[in-house]
Order: sequence, then structure tokens, then C-alpha cells
Amino acid sequence: MNVKTMAQYAAEGKEPEILFWVGCAGSFDDRAQKVTRAFTEILNAAGIEFAILGNEEQCTGDPARRAGNEFLFQMTALQNIETLNMYKVQKIVTACPHCFNTLKNEYPALGGNYDLVHHTQLLQELIDDGRIKLTEGGTFKGKRITYHDSCYLGRINGVYEAPRATLESLDSQLVEMKRSKQNGLCCGAGGAQMWKEDEAGEKRINIERSEEAMATGASVIAVNCPFCLTMMSDGVKAKEKQDEVMVLDLSELVVQNLVR
Amino acid sequence: MIQQILFLIIAGGASFYAFRQFMAIRQTILLGQDEEISGDAAERWRNVLLIAFGQKKMFKRWIPAVFHLFIYVAFLFTQIELIEIFIDGAFGVHRFFADKIGGLYNLILNTIEVLSVLAFVATFIFLARRNLLKVPRLYSLNGWPKLDGNLILIFEVVLLVAIFTMNGTDVVLQGIDPDHYPDTGTLAVSSWLGPALFGGLGEGTLVVLERVGWWLHLGMVLLFLNYLPKSKHLHIMLAFPNTFFSRLKPRGEMENMPEIMNEVKGMMGLTEDTGEVNMEEELPDFGANDVTGLSWIDILGAYTCTECGRCTSECPANQTGKKLSPRKVMMDIRDRAEEVYTKIESGKEEYAANPEQPVSKDNFDDGKSLFDYITREEIHACTTCNACVEACPVLINPLEPILKMRRYEILTESAGPGDWLPMFNAIENSGAAWSMTIDREEWTKAE
Repeated sequence: MNVKTMAQYAAEGKEPEILFWVGCAGSFDDRAQKVTRAFTEILNAAGIEFAILGNEEQCTGDPARRAGNEFLFQMTALQNIETLNMYKVQKIVTACPHCFNTLKNEYPALGGNYDLVHHTQLLQELIDDGRIKLTEGGTFKGKRITYHDSCYLGRINGVYEAPRATLESLDSQLVEMKRSKQNGLCCGAGGAQMWKEDEAGEKRINIERSEEAMATGASVIAVNCPFCLTMMSDGVKAKEKQDEVMVLDLSELVVQNLVR
Repeated sequence: MIQQILFLIIAGGASFYAFRQFMAIRQTILLGQDEEISGDAAERWRNVLLIAFGQKKMFKRWIPAVFHLFIYVAFLFTQIELIEIFIDGAFGVHRFFADKIGGLYNLILNTIEVLSVLAFVATFIFLARRNLLKVPRLYSLNGWPKLDGNLILIFEVVLLVAIFTMNGTDVVLQGIDPDHYPDTGTLAVSSWLGPALFGGLGEGTLVVLERVGWWLHLGMVLLFLNYLPKSKHLHIMLAFPNTFFSRLKPRGEMENMPEIMNEVKGMMGLTEDTGEVNMEEELPDFGANDVTGLSWIDILGAYTCTECGRCTSECPANQTGKKLSPRKVMMDIRDRAEEVYTKIESGKEEYAANPEQPVSKDNFDDGKSLFDYITREEIHACTTCNACVEACPVLINPLEPILKMRRYEILTESAGPGDWLPMFNAIENSGAAWSMTIDREEWTKAE
């Protein structure tokens, strides 16, 4: 893929428009890698000069901090800030709402100040500005799509409309779940839950949420977060509905309808 | 004259006793750590006006919001009447303002009467929601919290009965003895309810009934004032400071720990500080295992909580059967804070961490901690989704104490869920949340 690192830009004496913060899930998780590639394709199609940190990127520290391990959070966060400030990074886009939140809201207190944009916000911007074009009557025209608000993009950072506007530009039929926007139900992975077994209970949270999403009759569950992607996919699989219901990130929906 | 003396003794005594209880609560809240109050004062006042005064967040569920509003506005207006009751009681006069403020008096009385009827209806609806309709978040309470919720509503019914007895008999008496019972003008409720209930009764009986209504009204107000500090109902006062002091930082920002940040910066050679830890100094406790490790704002939140359960009813962990309940977290903090305060006040040596010093907030150990109230299983179940924070109508933040307890567990005890260790190790050793064999740029190589 056509991807340059910050180090390559620096070697050429250039600065990219924006840094794409890939995140651990986006770099390593098989499923999330597809989202990363889809989003990269879109950035390239829009002709945006972007860079990644590549091997200089580290975990933002979100799961460590929320588990209570402040020491580890500070170590990884301060290292990242060193790297970002060395490259004089100003604008960052990321496809992970947890990275988004930590970079945007928590790094300033440690000396890292950046202009953050979530990939769903950038997608909407690119569509609105005509920098990418979507096919008329594309794959998702008229299809019922439900949108799952991730906690860290929605309730915690107040981004509800940009992802929905993007879905509407696909000419799909957006159906809301009973619990949405401010009242959206968590997928169950936040707060470092992704890395641990559930506490004892009656049900897994991702099953509860997947059932709610499937109850809308949608054939696509659109998500904006790699953890939600895993949790919702697992939920759909647990109900053996993976042939009828697809769980897709917004960039995967857009890339399928991209006019190239 | 006897009534005046009696009034001064009862009102004075009850007010004094209530004042002492409120001071004790203030001290209990201040068991918490200092927290800097920063940010835009105008935004804080806006929160007080919109959220406490204007009840903005209540209207996310409009049915309880409307009935709650009836009781709330009736309560506010009844305070105006209370001014007259205190003047009448202290100076032995009757309806002091009746002939002094003209038509305004009639307007105020009528406003109170109409609101009281609405509050009366609302009170019964709330009793029904708690006991007959069994609204889960209310019905799920047991023991004292359940009784507390019902008692407050019953007090309100008695208070409203007192108001209508007082006004109803007064209206009838105005016709019999206008010299002692000044004209109040036509009253929306009492002008027909009074004659209907009390018409035909002898003057002596009416005078007694009017006094019963008046004293009962006063008595309920004073009882309520002294009941409040023991009850969940404190929110009628503390909602205002709680919305004012509610943190203004972004929801997604966990409070930074500068002491750890500076140490890490030192270790990384980012500051002059070498990062060497003075081994002779005792390592401080990080996070919180007791109310004294929380912020006073967290304890204020616990006292502000009226146990409505909106947080718990929105909590994804609780909704899927986990033990975590944000409401219980706040109730536990209040119970533990009360316990710690009472034990410190007792001055008993057995509660002193260092027995050579007198027991105090900083020299306290009763062999218990907040973990005896809030279990580890509960705090481990939290997804930090902020649904509880979003749900609270008075801006209490149950997430903050949960995260402070997690910090204590990991940083001070080196404990916590074993499942997290591989993640910690991976971040520490390879800068990734999972231990991986491929590098970060691997995905770029595929076509």
C-alpha cells in the first residue's frame, strides 16, 4: 500500500497534512487491519498527504490507565508525546475512539497538544467537500443499516452526527436502535474489559447489544471502533447470524462505494 | 403568649439541632482530599441554573420529571409561606402579611394552593410508582433506603393535609370572626374545600383545628429539617453545590497524577529531576481505598445522591447481571464516610493508626476500608462507558471513585485482575497492547 512514515517525510524534509494514528488494534488485529487498509485507500483516493508513525507508534496507554496502571500509562504516553513533538505533529486522525480520546483529552496535561479528528469525522468532511465521490446507487442503497455509537466517540466526546451523515450519503436506510446516541449501550470492551474475562453475570454485554442491533432488522451494523467491531462481530456470531448480518466499520462501507 | 414561648423553644431547638447535624455532614464531606476548583465560573453557575434549578437532565424521562417538578415548585413556593409562619409564631400575630401587601397576598396563597394540589397528586403517583407499579430502579431498594423513600412521601402528604386544614378552617373562621381572621380573598381550593369539610363546626372546634393545622405544618417543616441529614432527601439542598462543583474537564479525561508523571519524566531524562526515589520516605498511597483517599467532591456527590437509580438502570454491567451498581457505589461511599466520621468523633484510641497520637482524619485505622463496602468484583465490572455519568440528573460522577479504587488496587497493592498482566507486560515491553510477533507496519505490506 502507498503509505509513508513520518520518518520518511522527515528524511525528504517535508511535512504531511495529517498523521494517521493507526493504534494497536488497527495495526495488529486481523479484522481491524482491514479497516486500516480501507481507510488508507480512502485517504489515498482523496489525495491527502498523510503519514503514519509506523514502528515509532506505541499504545496510547488508554487500557493501562483505565485499568488503574497510571505508571505504565505515563511511560507510554510520554514516549508517544516525545515522538509526536519531535515530528512537530499538529493534526492527527485515528480510526480508534479510545486513541482519539486519550490523544485529545489526556495528552494535553502531559505536554502533548494536537488537533484530533476521528476518521468518521474526516470521512464526512471528505464527502461534503467532494474530495471523494461515492457511486450513485451503490452497494448499500436502500439497505437497512443500524449504527452503534461507541462510548468513547459518542457519549464521551459528543460525536453523533458525522457518522450518521456519512451513512446517509450511502443512500442507505438508517435505523436507530432503542438505545442510541447519549443513551447508547456500551459494547462491553471499554475500560480495559477487552483484555479480561467478564465478571460473573447473566449475560455478556456484547450479546445484549448485538441482540438489540439485530432486532432493528438491519443487514449491516455499522461501527466506528475496532473494539466494538470485535464485540459486535462476536455477538452476531454467537447468534449464528453472521451470514445475514454484517458488522462493518464506516470506512469499509465508504470504500466499497468509492468512485476511483 | 404560651404559644409564642412554645414556638420559640420548638423552632429554636429544632433549628439548632438541625444546624449541628448539617455541620457534621460538612465535616464528613471534608474528610475527602482537597481538589482544586478551576475553570470557568460562569459555566459552573450555568450548571446550577440549568441542571439544579431548571432540572434540565430530569426531562430525559419526562413522566417522573413532570411530577417531580410539581413537588419541587410547590416546595419552593411553600418557603414563602414559611416566612409568615415564623413571624406569626414569634410575635403571636395571625397572618401578618394578609393586610400589608394587598392583592399579592392572595396571589401567593393561591399559587401555593394550586401547586399543593399538584404536589398532592404527584406524591401519590410517586408512592404508587415505588410500591404498586414497582418501577424496578425504585422497587429494587430494600431496608432503610426503601423506607426512607416512602417516609419522605408520607411526610409530604401530612404537610399538605396540614396546609389545607389551616387554610380551610381559616376561610370558615373569616366569616365568623373577621377581626381575628383577616380576609385572604377567594382561595382556589380552600374557599370551597374549607366550607365543605369544616362548615357547620362550632367556632371553638374551628379555632382548635386551625391551630392544629398551623402547628402541624410548622412541626412537619422542623421534623423534615432534622430528618434531611439522615435521609437520601438531602438532594434538595446539595444538588445546588454539587452541580456547581461538578468537574468541568472533558468527560474522557481521567484525572492526571502529576506525582507519577514527574517521576516517570525523571526516569526518562525529560526533567532535571533524576527520578531517584528517596527510599527513606514511605511510598505514598496512590488511588483510594477509603473515603479519605477520595476527593471531597466525590463525598459531596454521595450525600447529594437521592438514590433514584437512573445510573444503575443505564449501567451496561448492571443490566447484564453483574454486581456493579453505580448507585450502590455512591450509597456505600456515604455509609463508609459516616462510619469513619463517627469513629473519629468518638476519639477512641482503638481507631488511631498511631496510638500515641489522638485519632484524626490523618491518624485513623479501624481495620476496614472502602473495599469492605464496594467489592473488587464490582469495580472490575466497569467499562468506563460513562452511562452513569450521563444519567445522573444532578451531575454526580460514580465513575471517578471506581477508577480511584482501581488505581489503588494496581498501584498501591500491585493486585487487580490477573488477565490484565499480559496487557501491561506487552505495553511495557513492546509498546503494544498485545504481545505481537509482527511489526506495526505489517499491514502496509499487503495489497
